[in-house]
Amino acid sequence: MADVKKIATRESYGNALKDLAEEFPNLVVLDADLAAATKTGIFKKAYPDRHIDCGIAECNMMGIAAGLSLTGKIPFVSSFAMFAAGRAYEQVRNSIGYPHLNVKIGATHAGITVGEDGATHQCNEDLALMRTIPGMVVMCPADDVEARAAVRAALEYEGPVYIRFGRAAVPVINDKPDYKFEIGKGTVVREGKDVTIIATGICVDSALGAAEKLAADGIDAEVVSICTIKPLDEELVIASAKKTGKVVTVEEHSVIGGLGSAVCDCLSEKLPTPVKKLGMKDVFGESGSAGALVAKYGLDAEGVYKSVKEFI
Amino acid sequence: MNNLELQKQANEVRKGIVTAVHSAKAGHPGGSLSAADIFTYLYFEEMNIDPADPDKEDRDRFVLSKGHTAPGLYSALAHRGFFPVEDLTTLRKLGSYLQGHPCIHIPGVDMSSGSLGQGISAAVGMALGAKLSGKDFRVYTLLGDGEIQEGQVWEAAMFAAHRKLDNLVVIVDNNNLQIDGAISDVCSPYPIDKKFEAFNFHVINVDAHDFDALRAAFAEARATKGQPTCIVAKSVKGKGVSFMENNVAWHGTAPNDEQYAQAMADLEKIGEELEKAGDK
Repeated sequence: MADVKKIATRESYGNALKDLAEEFPNLVVLDADLAAATKTGIFKKAYPDRHIDCGIAECNMMGIAAGLSLTGKIPFVSSFAMFAAGRAYEQVRNSIGYPHLNVKIGATHAGITVGEDGATHQCNEDLALMRTIPGMVVMCPADDVEARAAVRAALEYEGPVYIRFGRAAVPVINDKPDYKFEIGKGTVVREGKDVTIIATGICVDSALGAAEKLAADGIDAEVVSICTIKPLDEELVIASAKKTGKVVTVEEHSVIGGLGSAVCDCLSEKLPTPVKKLGMKDVFGESGSAGALVAKYGLDAEGVYKSVKEFI
Repeated sequence: MNNLELQKQANEVRKGIVTAVHSAKAGHPGGSLSAADIFTYLYFEEMNIDPADPDKEDRDRFVLSKGHTAPGLYSALAHRGFFPVEDLTTLRKLGSYLQGHPCIHIPGVDMSSGSLGQGISAAVGMALGAKLSGKDFRVYTLLGDGEIQEGQVWEAAMFAAHRKLDNLVVIVDNNNLQIDGAISDVCSPYPIDKKFEAFNFHVINVDAHDFDALRAAFAEARATKGQPTCIVAKSVKGKGVSFMENNVAWHGTAPNDEQYAQAMADLEKIGEELEKAGDK
């Protein structure tokens, strides 16, 4: 697989901000002393006057973004997911969500693939936290193509948006010529009939790898890529669940409150279906390389393959 | 407006506060009354606003960071003509647009607020937005003296001074009381002026109930270039209602019918005295 192009979605984020700056003259980018890591530094280099470093003060940064949006700017606010969704949760809820302001949050370094920094910096709760805020759009792109498309879609959309980006380089999946991105729409990236694997973010690649292994065992898995956790593409989830009768969700996030919960919320009400949720099972992460951690917590292709086999 | 007109207007604002909180059977009269003269000065004298066009682009902005004193803001807005004064009696009631804490959908309200420490950040963002866009509107935000115990206030202050936001005025309503008692007993933020000075603000100490002092302070803020201004306004919690003055019990308690009658009688008396002063 050495020929597969790999890029971290945080890199895609920084590039997209720079590339969209002329088209969206009201775009301003805020960071909290992490521009080099979140990759908003790419934007800063090209548009220094439109990049606002707020220092290490994420709660204040969310409020400043709220105020800027009320003067017509479109702020993209950046920090690690831990601090954007975690530390500043209440500011996001009350200063951005409640007044439904046009603020975009680009949160990088989400999940266990933060790696060596360990549990304090591995946010496995951000999707859950952001999902609970009324009116908040929550996205988790799978690769470079989807990440760039999500940034553009967020800028075109009027209202608060949270986008989760990763630290580790991931393969490009969505490089098909007919690829189209729309907020609230998922994609069937592999058709199948025996089981549905619904994945988000970096786990889409794991799900595709698992599907290949399952195929070798004669199991035909459908893989659904969900970038928008909220609003969830219920139509697609229900259609696939109806077809296969069994659903496995995969996310680099707690099994509490993220993609798996969103899928269960939908299916339990509209099409009760057996669901197996893969993710961080109510535990904190730990230090290690991204690859080693993903394997340990069963979120690589092999881990997903084994879990699906056990489940069906 | 001259000082006497402002005093009369502030007295009407106070009547609106007491009436709204009495009708709601809940709310925060003490800090609304302590800030009533500040609300009045801002909305009747200082700010460039238009009740007929509450969202006009070049308007000055106000963020009530101490959002629990919404009755004070609502009463000032109503008396200024943003919405009917009669609506004040719908405060906090189901279906009313006058929410318990300021909500951006209310005519004249520039930002939802109420979770302490957050309003100042939004005000700083507005002031920065004006600078980035080359607009010359000014931004005002009112904080409680207990509220400045929140760390976010100082994050915002550091940023505002670093960015030299001279279009921003932070007003601290220094009535010295918070829910659990005197701010100096609970967790003292004093000296407030020295702290803001250390954060590179231009600081002005004033009597919150003296319109000459307020007029001079806001003029000085306007003339200050290259740094934001903080006005530390020494006030009396519950000002104007005899039994509420300097009594922390009235931080978040509504008067009953009897107490309401007494409060209105106090304010009527003040109004009569102001009328007499005008006749001289």
